[in-house]
Amino acid sequence: MLSRGYYGEFGGVFIPEILTTTFDELAEAFEKVKSDPGFWQEYSHIMSTYSCRPTPLSFAENLTRHFGGAHIYIKREDLNHTGAHKANNVMGQGLLAKRMGKSRVIAETGAGQHGVATATMAARFGFKCTVYMGEMDVERQRPNVFWMERLGAEVIPVIDGTRILKDAINEAFRDWVTNMDDTHYVLGTACGPHPFPEMVSYFQSIIGKEAREQSLKNEGKLPARVYACVGGGSNALGIFSAFLDDRVELVGVEAAGEGLDTGRHASRLASNDGSVGVAQGYKTYFLQDRDGQMKETHSVAAGLDYVGISPILAWHREKGRIRFEAATDSEVLDAMSLTIKKEGLIPALESAHAFAQAFKEAPDLSADDIILINQSGRGDKDIFTIAEAFEDPGWKAFIQKKGNEYGA
Amino acid sequence: MALEMVLRNKLKEKDILLMTHIVLGYPSLEDSFRIVETMVDSGVDLMELQIPFSEPIADGPVIVRANQRALERGATVEACLDLAERVAREFDIPFLIMTYYNILFCYGVRDFVSDMAKRGLQGAIIPDLPPEEGHDYLEAMQTHDLAPILIFSPTTSGMRMKYLESFGRGFIYCVARKGVTGADTRFSTGLDSYLAGCRKASSLPLAVGFGIKERANVDFLRGKADIAVIGTETIRLVEEQGISSVGGFIRGLSPVTANSPGGVEAKGK
Repeated sequence: MLSRGYYGEFGGVFIPEILTTTFDELAEAFEKVKSDPGFWQEYSHIMSTYSCRPTPLSFAENLTRHFGGAHIYIKREDLNHTGAHKANNVMGQGLLAKRMGKSRVIAETGAGQHGVATATMAARFGFKCTVYMGEMDVERQRPNVFWMERLGAEVIPVIDGTRILKDAINEAFRDWVTNMDDTHYVLGTACGPHPFPEMVSYFQSIIGKEAREQSLKNEGKLPARVYACVGGGSNALGIFSAFLDDRVELVGVEAAGEGLDTGRHASRLASNDGSVGVAQGYKTYFLQDRDGQMKETHSVAAGLDYVGISPILAWHREKGRIRFEAATDSEVLDAMSLTIKKEGLIPALESAHAFAQAFKEAPDLSADDIILINQSGRGDKDIFTIAEAFEDPGWKAFIQKKGNEYGA
Repeated sequence: MALEMVLRNKLKEKDILLMTHIVLGYPSLEDSFRIVETMVDSGVDLMELQIPFSEPIADGPVIVRANQRALERGATVEACLDLAERVAREFDIPFLIMTYYNILFCYGVRDFVSDMAKRGLQGAIIPDLPPEEGHDYLEAMQTHDLAPILIFSPTTSGMRMKYLESFGRGFIYCVARKGVTGADTRFSTGLDSYLAGCRKASSLPLAVGFGIKERANVDFLRGKADIAVIGTETIRLVEEQGISSVGGFIRGLSPVTANSPGGVEAKGK
């Protein structure tokens, strides 16, 4: 293997020997498509005909007036097919898997977004598909399980560990060490062993490329700040990557859950609770105890509820290139309500973290400044989760009534 | 005495050695001690002691659950090392640590290795640490004269086997098949030619693991490998029939072992 995918001290390839050949082949295939202009062309074509690329950059006029500071623009990744930026990565890896001659794909999923995106891609490309999902998440996210199964995927509940996202990743790796000959593992975020962090960022970089161009075209200048929520980090790296060499402040927003001082959060960089470790095949900041055992994390947004963070983001934090903040569950719900009412936009709970931080800072910026918020996904399709987060009484009554109907 | 020499001496008396694997702290730390005692009494030649980790990526469901339970019951790294030291002092067979890299990384790699040496352990198996990432570890192991056990798999090329073996000491751990620990292995001619390839690539003794469940599996390996590794099966046995069932199981795997006088002596004070 030529590169071991290090970003400063973070990254690497910490895998069992049985997977060495598989990772070598993947890294090689990825290098090949990166230098093949035809591949990016094919990728852009499919993203513009099967998904909705380029996604618009919407001016949030009412929010801008409300806060009276910077001009607020929203990058609309929610308008992708399947409703989130996840499609960018999944379609790219699907094309790569086709080139590698694989006939089956596997994926992990937390809330189910990445699982649904992968199942969709598999249906489109004719792959067999298995999605690993923590048992807790299967119970919480029935609508996504329903769609994955309708799309022809097999959904396997993971009953080991804490039964959430990280356990689903472990289980997908266990499948892969058995079936690597015909199977590609579509990892959903910019984490894991090399080349995954680089590869996922590469496919997501389409967000930033468009946003930078749109910003110049719409306002004739670059944004002062760009905000993105950070779970594993793929949507953040996707939008940030185009601005790394510009005088643009990049702000990653983690999940502060019930508060950074409560211990019930998923903030690896903005809190003081993260420390460097090696798990799931890569080195980065993890929420772990002194012995190196991973801790439980908490966030209202399942997509941010993860113990690790992209090694590329850890490196940019170390260099001071990206600032990390955290938004609490309740700040996020407030930001979401305001965005819905003021703009008629429904961000996913994950994306609403970026909104919450941007709203804290927008009033202090001048009217000459523009800021970009990455709306990584749409929230309306997560109606069960969001209605529960808002404790909506009408929704509760509806579910009870439906329950009675089915029970009768 | 260095691990390889200990194994070579034992191999003069029997044609295949038995290595067993347990998860420290499962079902409890005290039970772990009793399991080791039973295994040593039954003629096991060496043992790997797994320090539990929350993300055991190379392990199958039985060992994963054992890791989890052990952690829930408070098997800290310190407690595991204490137990490892206790058995290493009490019983006269080589003991190795098996764990994932993060355990060493968070402890401090050099400190961990020097503590292993101080506590009388002979080597370590770290399945998620390829030599490319393990410079500090390999150097520390050499300094303390401990055996880093390198792993071959059926997907490892001949060239890579040579590369891996250049870092290995003690023995080479040959994973019998794709997949995780504990699933069924087909003991077939495919395995034969794989093991012949391993033998060609390394002059160290060969251990074969993943899926050994019965006497016929051990017999199959005679003449092709030097050490048969029993991992998941004894954990399952303890769960289903209790610690006392382990002795009979181990003795049944290898009649040569049962008749052999070696392996049972406890160290005198």
